[in-house]
Amino acid sequence: MLKVENLTKTYRSGGRELTVLSDVSFELQAGDTFAIVGPSGSGKTTLLGLCAGLDRASRGSVWLSGIRLDELSEDERAAVRNEHVGFIFQNFQLLPTLTALENVLVPLELRGVRGGAKTALALLERVGLGGRGHHYPAQLSGGEQQRVSLARAFANEPRILFADEPTGNLDADTSERVVELLFALNREAGTTLVLVTHDLELAARTGRVVRLRGGALVSDSLTEAAAAPPR
Amino acid sequence: MSAAPQTRPGLGWLLRMAWRDSRRSRGRLLLFLSAIVLGIAALVAINGFGDNLARSIDEQARELVGADLVLSAPQPFTAPLSPALGRRVRARSEEVAFASLVQFPRGEGVRLAQVRALTGGFPYYGDWLVEPREAVAAFRRAGSEQRLALVDDALLLQFNARVGDSIKVGRLRFLIAGRVTKTPGQSGLNAALAPTVFIPRSWLAATGLQQRGSRLQYRQYFQLSAGTPVDRLLRPLQSRLDEAGIDADTVSDRQRQTGRAFGDLTRFLSLVAFVALLLGCVGVASAVNLYVRDKIAAVAVLRCLGASGRQALLIYLLQTAVMGLLGAALGAALGTGLQWLLPRLLADFLPVGIRITVSWPAVLQGLLSGLLVAVLFALLPLLAIRRVSPLRTLRGPVEEEGRRAPDPLWLGVYGLIGLLLLGFAYWQTREIKLALGFVGGLLLAFGALAGLAAALRYLVRRHLPTGGSFVLRQGLANLYRPNNQTITLTVAVGLGVLLLAVLFLLQGLLLGRVELAGGGRQPNLVLFDIQPGQRAGVQALLREQRLPVLQQVPVVTMRLQAINHRPASFYQQDSSRGVPRWAFRREYRVTYRNTLISSEKLAAGRPPTLEADGRPRISLEEGFFRRLKLQLGDTLTFNVQGLPLETIVSGTRTVDWTRVQTNFIVLFPAGVLEPAPQFYVLMSRVPDNAALGAVQRALVQRFPNVSAIDLALILRTVDDILDRIAVVIRFMAFFSMGTGLLVLASAVVVSRYQRARESVLLRTLGAARRQVLLITLVEYAVLGWLAALTGLLLAGVAGWALAYWVFEVPFRPDPLPLLALALTTTLLTVIIGLLNSRAVLTRPPLEVLRSEAV
Ligand SMILES: Nc1ncnc2c1ncn2[C@@H]1O[C@H](COP(=O)(O)OP(=O)(O)OP(=O)(O)O)[C@@H](O)[C@H]1O
Ligand SMILES: [Mg+2]
Repeated sequence: MLKVENLTKTYRSGGRELTVLSDVSFELQAGDTFAIVGPSGSGKTTLLGLCAGLDRASRGSVWLSGIRLDELSEDERAAVRNEHVGFIFQNFQLLPTLTALENVLVPLELRGVRGGAKTALALLERVGLGGRGHHYPAQLSGGEQQRVSLARAFANEPRILFADEPTGNLDADTSERVVELLFALNREAGTTLVLVTHDLELAARTGRVVRLRGGALVSDSLTEAAAAPPR
Repeated sequence: MSAAPQTRPGLGWLLRMAWRDSRRSRGRLLLFLSAIVLGIAALVAINGFGDNLARSIDEQARELVGADLVLSAPQPFTAPLSPALGRRVRARSEEVAFASLVQFPRGEGVRLAQVRALTGGFPYYGDWLVEPREAVAAFRRAGSEQRLALVDDALLLQFNARVGDSIKVGRLRFLIAGRVTKTPGQSGLNAALAPTVFIPRSWLAATGLQQRGSRLQYRQYFQLSAGTPVDRLLRPLQSRLDEAGIDADTVSDRQRQTGRAFGDLTRFLSLVAFVALLLGCVGVASAVNLYVRDKIAAVAVLRCLGASGRQALLIYLLQTAVMGLLGAALGAALGTGLQWLLPRLLADFLPVGIRITVSWPAVLQGLLSGLLVAVLFALLPLLAIRRVSPLRTLRGPVEEEGRRAPDPLWLGVYGLIGLLLLGFAYWQTREIKLALGFVGGLLLAFGALAGLAAALRYLVRRHLPTGGSFVLRQGLANLYRPNNQTITLTVAVGLGVLLLAVLFLLQGLLLGRVELAGGGRQPNLVLFDIQPGQRAGVQALLREQRLPVLQQVPVVTMRLQAINHRPASFYQQDSSRGVPRWAFRREYRVTYRNTLISSEKLAAGRPPTLEADGRPRISLEEGFFRRLKLQLGDTLTFNVQGLPLETIVSGTRTVDWTRVQTNFIVLFPAGVLEPAPQFYVLMSRVPDNAALGAVQRALVQRFPNVSAIDLALILRTVDDILDRIAVVIRFMAFFSMGTGLLVLASAVVVSRYQRARESVLLRTLGAARRQVLLITLVEYAVLGWLAALTGLLLAGVAGWALAYWVFEVPFRPDPLPLLALALTTTLLTVIIGLLNSRAVLTRPPLEVLRSEAV
């Protein structure tokens, strides 16, 4: 499903080279759940961005659903994202000028799906926001916004979901609800999940955890959750 | 990847997204597109007016001429043309026209007027507006029974005369039977320069004004049966007419001439309108630039969700296109309304009454122009959207990795804009050189202003004083802080000032040219039509009045008969020789002397001489020589009042036409023309109006056929006309100024979205409101003042160039009004800036912070 080989990313700033990711390799099967942990600045977000085709690696390659991303143009990668990928962001990234329902609709509309409104509404109901479809993001709380963005992430039935600190901006209780929803939806759809987090407890709910330090993969282990097959 | 869904969501989705996305920012979109409203309005108004004018001229050309055919000649018609036209002639009028001094005995007023001695029913078409109405019929009946005259309103007004008074023309007194307010074929301008007195033809001889050598114009007016193909009937007669020195003027001739003259006028005005539109475009580009910065986050999300760069771009392009169309529609409506105003402003120049209707071509063109410029200028900043990285969703604003190559599309858009400008300028001027000059000048002005702004920004950033007042430092720093509007404001303000200043200077140059002609020791009284026998008498008369004789020249009138022994008909068949038709049609007024005078300079060859072979060597004015494509040594055969006279071109000379001299195109040597019928022109200078009146009265008494031109009066009339033209041009410039202010306002308002937080933060940190206002004041005062000064500087360069190359007068601008213009502009800029920050300051900080947050 996702294969990463010798992935290296260097930034050139002020004439100096800064390697933020060096020689990272791993492979995920369809339906895997996967967490990337590590201290701040260790390159987690960088790795996620590269896997999702949001950025280009300096060296190495990424296969997503068998498509080699580094050979594609930005617009082609966008098409791949629309087709196969869903996103959850720390700061929700809802389009502020669109209502909740319209935000969920966008990925469907981008695919040219007709009558997507029904699907979108069902998804909103699924995340418990059926009655808030006509509200703008500014009229929703952080937790509600993140639930809308969950609904949006699953709208195009992605094969793989990338989440960067999905609970980073939320309090403990709200986080719990969002995480519950995330895993539930993920199970229902059988989606591959790549999660970046500081929260080791959250990481432990995935099947596999890799640890980054200074841009290098320092550990890669299966968790107990992996031992117990998905309920 | 074959499944590229770039095209899958179609236009419908893009439109829907554009609509949704605009929900929060429609106010701002409207605001910056208001910038193009005035430009489009000006364009539509002018072009619509031009359309209406052209149509009205076509419809009313017959009324303009007053007849189906007019023949005119400087001598009496020998063989009437009537047989050729046969039974088609329904009516015919004859007229002899000449300039003469006329006198109002009651008030002793004397003035040069155009006298038209008329028989028959002319004008056959159009309204001859005479009060009382019965006067026309009475005048036509009068014949040799009654001495009746119809007199132009302007003349009656000047001497405070009324219907029922009498007027003296030559030796005869006429009863003023009617006041003429409008005559077909005569514009208000004509009437002001040479007011007309109509008298019955049968009294002409008795006035004593019809003498040999007098400059008389003979005309015949024909009314033909409906549907007569005049132009076709005339064609075979053309060479005969040319030989006889007869000029034929038909309705379609007049349509063409008038149409062309006014086409030029409206095209010039539409260039002025276009500048307004361009200024608006700069506003659009800069406002969209800021708008795009606000939208980048949303674009990054869309990119993450799989929208292609093109789709994201199209969403925002559609927004601006719709707004552009909206702005253009508003402008078109406004411009169509303004059309009703223009005829009033131009009333004195227009030859026809204008029936105003909505001109759909002009409206369509306005809509298209609006859409096109809005889209193109918005594209410049919008193109950046294609390159927004989806990575922003994870990281927020990312520093670009290294330098990116310039977007080739960007260059393409610039190229398109250049082509558009050039195309428009060419379309309006129909002259590639002029179009290039216009676009080049514009680019230069834009470049200079933008360059200045960039330099200013750089200098302030580098050398911002570290000490000094807090207010001053903050104000200056605002010039280069992120989201600064330095360049837009400088261009908008500078271009506005440039335009107004150039118009002001232009007016000064035109007036200066006129004053040059009237000032100093130059002659201001011209006497002409002095017969050889009257010369001594007139000189004596001037001596009695203690007036100088500044110049005294004999004039012989003649026509050109052949060039290198080939007649006019030869050159008409062979147009490749480039001898224009008018060369054979016009009357040449020629003088003779063997030396050049102070207003002339030898360009090539020699001054005129008389050679032994009996063929006089003549000198031609250089421009004329070139337009006829002549060469030294060519033979010109003139018809001197019936007798052919062969001459050889032996030299050319340049003539300074601005000098009040009797200037001539053709100069003969002495010793040839002395026996020919001729008259003298004499120049003098009168100190005041009393002296003028005295000499005019004496002239009318003793030499009624001698005409006197009061140059001061002419200069005043020209002055008056220029004033009216200036009003029209200023009216057009108003659009540019209005647009400039709108752009200014919208640029400032748009930047408020960025600045509001800063001001509020400053306030939260304890800055007094006064301080925040002062910071704004410093910022806008510096900007406004520098932009205005640059505008003035550029205007100075343009003015000097115009003075040097076009008008050929010394350039001495009056600095005070210009300085006042710069100050006013600066003040306006500051006021707009202050009003804007006041809006921020009067609201509670919290409300601002919340509402400005997205
Ligand atoms: N555009 C860039 N130019 C230079 N350095 C960059 C750039 N983007 C990221 N970095 C650096 O790369 C390193 C890794 O950043 P990254 O955002 O991947 O860390 P992270 O593990 O996600 O941290 P956090 O847990 O704080 O989100 C950091 O040291 C960061 O400063
Ligand atoms: Mg991170």
